[in-house]
Amino acid sequence: MTDRSQVIGVDVGGTFTDVFVVDEAAGTARVAKVPTTRPDQSGGFLDGIGRQVSDLSTVQAVIHGTTAGTNALLERKGARIGVITTEGLRDVLEMRRRDRPRTWGLRGEFEPVVPRELRLEVPERTLADGTIRTEVDLEAVRAAGRQLIEAGAQAVAVLFANSYANPGNEAKAVAALREFWPNAHVSASSEILPEIREYERFSTTALNAYLQPEVSGYLDRLDSALREGGFASEFLIVQSNGGVMDVDTACRLPVRTALSGPAAGVIAAAHIATEAGFPDIITGDMGGTSFDVSLIAGGQSMLAPETSVDFGMTVRAPMIEITTIGAGGGSIAWVDKGGLLNIGPESAGSTPGPVAYGQGNTRPTVTDANVVLGRIDPENPIGGKLERLDVEAAARAIDAHVGAPLGLPTTEAAEAILTVANSRMAGAIRLVSIERGFDPKRFAFMPFGGGGALHTGAMLADVGIGSAIVPRYPGVTSAMGCVIADMRHDFVQTINATVATLDRAALGRFMQDHADKGRAMLDAAATRFEARELRFELDMAYLGQTHTVPVALDVAVTGGTVIPPTTEEIAEAFETAYRAAYGRTLPGGVQRVMNLRSAVIGKRPKFDLATLAPQGGSVEEARKGTRQVHFGTAWYETTIYDRLALPVGAEIEGPAILEQADTTVLLDPGLRGRVDAYGNTIITRT
Amino acid sequence: MPTPEIDPITLAVLAGRMEQIADEMDATLFRSAFNPIIAEAHDASHGIYHASTGDTLVQGKSGLPIFVGVMSFAVKAVIDKFGDSAEDGDIFIFNDAHLGGTHLNDMRVIRPYYHEGKLFCWLASVGHWHDLGGGAPGNYNPAAKDAFQEAFVLPPVRLARRGEINQDVIDILMRNTRLPQSAEGDLNGQLGALDLGVKRMGELLGEYGGGTVAAALAALSDRAETLMRAELATLPDGRWEAEDFLDNDGITDTALRIKVALEIRGEEMVLDFAGTAPRCQGPVNIALPTAVATAYVAIKHIFPDVPANAGVMRPIDVRIPEGSLLAAEFPAPVGGYTETIMRMIDVIFSAAAQAAPDRVVANAYGTINALAIAGRRSNGSPWVMFSFYGGGHGGSPESDGLNHGNAPISTATIPPMEILEAAYPVMFKQWALRPDSAGPGQHRGGLGAVYEIEVLEENGAEVFLFGERGRFAPKGVAGGGEAALNRFEYETAEGWASPPLASKMRGIQLAQGQSVRLETPGGGGYGAPEERAPEKVAGDVAKGFLSEAEADRIYGTKWKEVRA
Repeated sequence: MTDRSQVIGVDVGGTFTDVFVVDEAAGTARVAKVPTTRPDQSGGFLDGIGRQVSDLSTVQAVIHGTTAGTNALLERKGARIGVITTEGLRDVLEMRRRDRPRTWGLRGEFEPVVPRELRLEVPERTLADGTIRTEVDLEAVRAAGRQLIEAGAQAVAVLFANSYANPGNEAKAVAALREFWPNAHVSASSEILPEIREYERFSTTALNAYLQPEVSGYLDRLDSALREGGFASEFLIVQSNGGVMDVDTACRLPVRTALSGPAAGVIAAAHIATEAGFPDIITGDMGGTSFDVSLIAGGQSMLAPETSVDFGMTVRAPMIEITTIGAGGGSIAWVDKGGLLNIGPESAGSTPGPVAYGQGNTRPTVTDANVVLGRIDPENPIGGKLERLDVEAAARAIDAHVGAPLGLPTTEAAEAILTVANSRMAGAIRLVSIERGFDPKRFAFMPFGGGGALHTGAMLADVGIGSAIVPRYPGVTSAMGCVIADMRHDFVQTINATVATLDRAALGRFMQDHADKGRAMLDAAATRFEARELRFELDMAYLGQTHTVPVALDVAVTGGTVIPPTTEEIAEAFETAYRAAYGRTLPGGVQRVMNLRSAVIGKRPKFDLATLAPQGGSVEEARKGTRQVHFGTAWYETTIYDRLALPVGAEIEGPAILEQADTTVLLDPGLRGRVDAYGNTIITRT
Repeated sequence: MPTPEIDPITLAVLAGRMEQIADEMDATLFRSAFNPIIAEAHDASHGIYHASTGDTLVQGKSGLPIFVGVMSFAVKAVIDKFGDSAEDGDIFIFNDAHLGGTHLNDMRVIRPYYHEGKLFCWLASVGHWHDLGGGAPGNYNPAAKDAFQEAFVLPPVRLARRGEINQDVIDILMRNTRLPQSAEGDLNGQLGALDLGVKRMGELLGEYGGGTVAAALAALSDRAETLMRAELATLPDGRWEAEDFLDNDGITDTALRIKVALEIRGEEMVLDFAGTAPRCQGPVNIALPTAVATAYVAIKHIFPDVPANAGVMRPIDVRIPEGSLLAAEFPAPVGGYTETIMRMIDVIFSAAAQAAPDRVVANAYGTINALAIAGRRSNGSPWVMFSFYGGGHGGSPESDGLNHGNAPISTATIPPMEILEAAYPVMFKQWALRPDSAGPGQHRGGLGAVYEIEVLEENGAEVFLFGERGRFAPKGVAGGGEAALNRFEYETAEGWASPPLASKMRGIQLAQGQSVRLETPGGGGYGAPEERAPEKVAGDVAKGFLSEAEADRIYGTKWKEVRA
């Protein structure tokens, strides 16, 4: 057997495909960045791997963070699919939860991914307590199935009322459909998400079906191409929950990849920061159109129960909680009719991009302000097609759109753009921390993505954060996260019973079922797990409340058998969790268990982050020269360093700029950067 | 007021910081409130108000739209009564809708904020409490003839003096609600939100100094005014009228006129409601503060980019005739205020569309449809299913209207059918879009909905409905047509029946197995139906949104020659 010591993480983003390769035997790590190919992303994927690895038979695993699913949803490029639903309910997907796209203006319309002609009703009805009031009419189901095939549907989802309480009718319907449906893409809502709330369950199931043909085709192409290149090991996909799954599971549950790439980035951030001694961090990923913020406390990222990929496109599955605001490098600066300077939400994105890219945009962006102030090296553009960034054009745009209306000279106008952009970013950091009861001053800031490290100083100053940690390769954090992520499978089951009337044996059966399914999925994986973890949680509330609190259960497992908690234990755990969330309990309130949530985790071996540390080098050798950079109210002759050439332990005083291929780390005057044992730059005040 | 000097960069930063303080107060209450009307439907709001005038300076983005304009009246009421005697650490509380707008469920908690010993501004919190006594649980009493039949009325009183809470006031309130636990939870949440506001203002003033923040607040209002004037200047000068009707007041079957004359002169606007019906007996009256705030909601829908502060309203003169149902005095009942203010918004849209058809959308479905189904289970325990239902939004200059949206005055979502079925002995036989409900037009309105609900409980149930638009349909603009009327029917031993007062009725008795059916209006159409692309008509027919007969009648037969 070949010595398979290389693990490859590949993150396909909107503009670039990033590759991160760890060779555990050699103790080395390599990165590659290639343009993302469209519409078929597999070209860039294979090209990126090819840059660093010539013999795929030496590879132990390939782990992929993908935007294939997200893009298909955002661009409405999924398959033509049909749904079969309960009589009277064909419009649930289109009616949503009676919301609207924006609070003000009353404009906008909405088309669900399944057109009404392909949403067919059949006689059947299950009641909320699980009683079958009307048996499913299987002849009607078959007729509907045939009608959908004839109409060109490539996948079908069965969406019945209250199927979380009794999946019987749905199970019969999918069995009947599977007898003649021409492919594997038949699903029932109770298989995908056996949880109460019909719109959320139907939407998640329908979006999953919408992605199945597209995503499974894409992953199959990648898998075959890898195997043709001699790859003989495991291909894994990152889920929105920050864990990985095997390709077969991903083809069956593509909707779980909705936030795959960003989730991987947060996983990497959590690991890097914890190893470096910063278990509490707030990450800031600055892209072209947005600034994504996520909070990690005690080394653990937060999970949100659902997200909307776009208006009316709800996906309910645990996912890493990421808050996005429209302030990225491409966000446009403008002065409103009242004379107030605004940043975004309109963005020049990566095409045409900032004015300095020379691709036709004439309105100034955040990146243009950084260019004009000397913070970005115009000779080494990362995006765009120019040899040299057009600093003069950026300055003209800032003068025309910001300087003139506010009566400011160019540099002051550029500083104004950054001040307002920074204050919005700082606002996002306050939001994710303070609103959850965390004091941001206790956290370190970790910028990643291409642009985040330009704004570190401002985050320290505006939010009062004490330090920042810039990872060694901030531009490929998501690809690195792919390599680090554990395998994780989440399960949910609605219980909907008061604690007093809870059927403990039935709860135990669901817990056992989740544990068994998860164990089988881990067993089927080729990965060697260092450890396994089983987590159970109940969504609980007092009767009458609609917001539930997650209640972690301390559950004993002996010889594979789950021992369900007693009702007393559940009641006590609820009171503890409720008090932690709201500072008090409601004596005499009736406690209710809404859902059971289980997670089965297989811990994958972690590579030694010291692998990333620089070998040798000196501060003098890393010095590249100086240039004029504007900070606050003055220009400073600022030293520029080759960041990757700085040795461990090097300390650099601001003002200084540390450059690497895809990232600029800005050290404002009054800040100090130090290279730690893993190659991270730790930034503190002097 | 002269404009104090403040540099534009600090101003932009402070604008964001102060908006975040208000947003954070919103979030604090949403998270900690006990009642789902606040926690889920976000029927609450917080802001920062002027020290001497009570004008809105900054308001949170996530609260209910109608509160954006109405909160300053609550602060003004406290200033009028306690202005001179207020001290640091005092907290005031009241729900009197005739002083503070909206309805009695909305509890207003107001606190002066002092900086270096001087009153700097007011902080306020308003939240919809679940119940405050009165003639109907939840206080949506369609037959109330005065405020006393609606709920317990608390005038502005001191809840705390120099930081010491007066427990007597809390005791009085808790004895006057059917749900004291919920009310106490909500009150604690509101006090917590105000504490947080005080803390954040302290941090901000510590960082920037009182002078700078005061200058920023003044400048923000001035700039909002400048922005609003710039928007109004783009509209042509002239005077346009529009009128519409409420079906009735729930007691007497007489239609009630709501009329507006919208006048634009240069950078200024007058909204004159002369000609509106006088005060009525039932609860579709509104108090003057509500009427003025409603004008703001309509303006902000037409000009979504104007900020949420009082400067916006300076160039707008809202004239509400004395004695009209838009300025009803205490103790007139105002519990159904939602219906009346939506009609005000409709007529403002209809008038504005004549002035600037490219800026305005057609009328939305225009009724909250508060439907309660209540009864006793076989074990004797009572149950009440209470919810509001959705309808279509108006067609816009860019597109068809949204199907099944929420009301323009609210951002509340509807509870899931499965949650309702799990909690109450009912089954939804239909939860669907309603064909032929959209107002026709180049861009048609969004579709309304059909909800058919069967009672499963063997003891049967009693039904209450508070709706509107049963007689007067949502209108189109710029040549667009009317949407379908609101329609409500209930099953009896003799077959289906409908309420004598169209969309309002109490005390309907249903037996097990019988149903009610609510069919809500769509939105009005935008632009002439003749301008609608035949492909779009064919598409609507293919989807079943439009019957073939209606398609032929409204749009002619050209659609038959094209593919959807």
